[in-house]
Amino acid sequence: MPQSLTPWFLVIQRLGIALLTLVIVSFAVFFATELLPGDVAEILLGQAATPEAVAGLREAMGLNEPALSRFVGWLVGLLGGDLGTSYVNKMEVVELISGRLGNSLKLAGVTTLVSVPIALALGIGAAMWRGSLFDRIVSVLTISVISVPEFMVATLAVLIFAVWLGWLPALSYGADVSSLSAMLKAYAMPVITLSFVVSAQMIRMTRAAVIETINTPYVEMALLKGASRKRMVLGHALPNALGPIANAVALSLSYLVGGVIIVETIFNYPGVAKLMVDAVSTRDLPLIQSCAMIFCVSYLSLITLADMIAILSNPRLRR
Amino acid sequence: MTKIPTNWTGRDDAMVEQMIRRGASRRELLKMLMSSGVAAAAGGSLLMRAGAAVAATPVSGGSLKAAGWSSSTADTLDPAKASLSTDYVRCCAFYNRLTFLDEAGQVQMELADSVASDDAQTWEVKLKSGVTFHDGKTLSADDVVFSLKRHLDEAVGSKVNSIAKQMTEISKVDDLTVKIVLSAPNADLPTILSLHHFMIIADGTTDFSKANGTGAFICEAFEPGVRSVAVKNPNYFKAEGPYLDSFEFFAIPDNNARVNALLSGDIQLAASVNPRSMRMLEGQDSVMTSVTTAGNYTNLNIRLDLEPGAKADFVEGMKYLVNREMIQKSVLRGFAEIGNDQPVSAANRYHNPNLAPRAFDPEKAKYHFEKAGLLGTEIPMVASDAASSSVDMATVVQQAGSQIGMNLKVERVPSDGYWSNYWLKAPVHFGNINPRPTPDILFSLLYSSDAPWNESQYKSEKFDSMMVEARGALDEEKRTAMYWEMQEMIANEAGTIIPAYISNVDAVSSKLGGLKANPLGGMMGYAFAEYVWLNA
Repeated sequence: MPQSLTPWFLVIQRLGIALLTLVIVSFAVFFATELLPGDVAEILLGQAATPEAVAGLREAMGLNEPALSRFVGWLVGLLGGDLGTSYVNKMEVVELISGRLGNSLKLAGVTTLVSVPIALALGIGAAMWRGSLFDRIVSVLTISVISVPEFMVATLAVLIFAVWLGWLPALSYGADVSSLSAMLKAYAMPVITLSFVVSAQMIRMTRAAVIETINTPYVEMALLKGASRKRMVLGHALPNALGPIANAVALSLSYLVGGVIIVETIFNYPGVAKLMVDAVSTRDLPLIQSCAMIFCVSYLSLITLADMIAILSNPRLRR
Repeated sequence: MTKIPTNWTGRDDAMVEQMIRRGASRRELLKMLMSSGVAAAAGGSLLMRAGAAVAATPVSGGSLKAAGWSSSTADTLDPAKASLSTDYVRCCAFYNRLTFLDEAGQVQMELADSVASDDAQTWEVKLKSGVTFHDGKTLSADDVVFSLKRHLDEAVGSKVNSIAKQMTEISKVDDLTVKIVLSAPNADLPTILSLHHFMIIADGTTDFSKANGTGAFICEAFEPGVRSVAVKNPNYFKAEGPYLDSFEFFAIPDNNARVNALLSGDIQLAASVNPRSMRMLEGQDSVMTSVTTAGNYTNLNIRLDLEPGAKADFVEGMKYLVNREMIQKSVLRGFAEIGNDQPVSAANRYHNPNLAPRAFDPEKAKYHFEKAGLLGTEIPMVASDAASSSVDMATVVQQAGSQIGMNLKVERVPSDGYWSNYWLKAPVHFGNINPRPTPDILFSLLYSSDAPWNESQYKSEKFDSMMVEARGALDEEKRTAMYWEMQEMIANEAGTIIPAYISNVDAVSSKLGGLKANPLGGMMGYAFAEYVWLNA
């Protein structure tokens, strides 16, 4: 194989593994769902679930078919791009998900735009001036932010900014977003809360990665050559630290799509995390599967992207 | 049933609060209020901070945002499937029932002009004329027949299938008259028709992505698990209301977030607030609370057909071991009324006030447990967050048991799947029953020998025959006497311990006018939207 094609082969290999992972995850989710007690008919009827009523509803919903064959049917439909129909409210899963996925991605996107530059700047800065007052302040702050659970941050933020000061609305969704300032206001609190959660991890990992490369002999050589501290870190150490940093960023960001249930709940923001929780509590298999696929795809694509950045930024991995 | 006090001051707030902390029952509070000249009728709501002058004249216009406590993709506009407060609120806004219950628990006509019968078995429903659906169609007998018959079809998955089954014939007589024949006489039919599930929909409706009803509001948007937007129906058939131009409803499941949203003015109504949040609401001029004791309860069920409940002395002992006062005071923080082991609460006009709640008496309990030979045996009590406050209640009972050497174990199970896996099944477990409008529904659902939810497997032929007899009795006095006796039978013979009727606390903006308590539940029996208004 020609040398120049090797990185692309690696990338294709990565994509293949990602696809396989998706299929495995979907089976795992299916079996886990099957283990849950009760089915959608029982859950929907709740206390009114008499045996006749459950049987009648199962019949009407087409649930008498074995679960596995329904699942395989769904998988086949997925290949054709059809996510299926929700058992619970007979709506197309695509329709249920699309709006909320948009909301989730919007929130994740804004949070990324805010948190990644700040986290990278703070992390690299802390590594550059290691042991300084700045470094120590950043470290103490990140540790404390990691230690405080997000529901606490979110609730406190609402209490202070919405209830006491009245600057920001307590709810993000349904708030007035007609002007830019109104939109900034509506998004401010969830974005700040989420940025707190995701950037702490990124700051620490960036700092550690940069410090590790600074300690290597070739960077020391650069310093001995007389390169400035800035040039040493940004020009020599950073390119080699890029791989681990990209990984840390990807891991933190992957949390933003599926893991923000607390923020969605507190700010009444209709995203996909809440949708997944609903789907599980009503045993709505097509919806559970579709959400799981979305989380998995977003996770895998972020990780794959990070891997690709690592591969392409590191000449050694290209050979 | 509520008169809003006009001479209410902050000092009164403090006094009521202190009384509640000291454990005053609602009845004691009301007695105190009456004696100080505040008119508040029994079963009514107590409005804290009502001193913030609430204008009594409705104001038209404005847009209301209200938040319930639960919402999911299972939210529905199909009244037959409605299962949560969220669904009831929407159904009440978009549809109408034939009848409804007013604040005093009396039946009032809504879409019906009259619901009448000579023998309580063959009923004639006369409809109001000139009522139109949102799509312009005129209400006729066909719509009513269709709406009622749906509940008999199992494929619909109706929550009231078992209640609807007694309607053996539902037929159209003429355009505005419907005949309903019951399998046996039931004088309660007008009340049954006031259940939220019996909302009237247009003939042939199968699509519930939008609501086409006769209600005070037109459904502009509905996204299950997200929100609904309703706008005023300009052609509403009632002379009064709705006052609001539009009304948005969604859920904020987290209690603190709901209270915060109300305090910050983002919403004007926060339904079902945890009494723990009361401190945050106190001293805020912008909000007030409305307390309703409609008859929701969490009860301890002991199955009489399984060990240990098969031993009558165990059941008797447990009834003495439950410290009702402590449950009311500490578990429910005073927002409850002590119960007397039977399901008909004081909000119901058939409640038997002479039936005193059993006193907490560990010595008597010990005597009975000893007699049953169960002292020292480990007995699990299944509790779950699904039955609200049951875990705390179980702990109170367990503690009392350990004082007398009774080894009760709290077995806490997940709320997910609780109703299908543990409720009605475990020998000793907790249940939670929502308020029902008539004793007959409660009895036939929960206590008759063939009741689908016979929580303690209570079986009594005398009870069954009395139930049927009372059901068909059109003589009010005789009926009341029978219902009182049946309540006594349940309290003394069944294995269901009902320690308290839980109050529902809704918190609302002080700008909101017109909210009253209703025996069907919080938020004015979920029908607040068409009755409330926003003061400027």
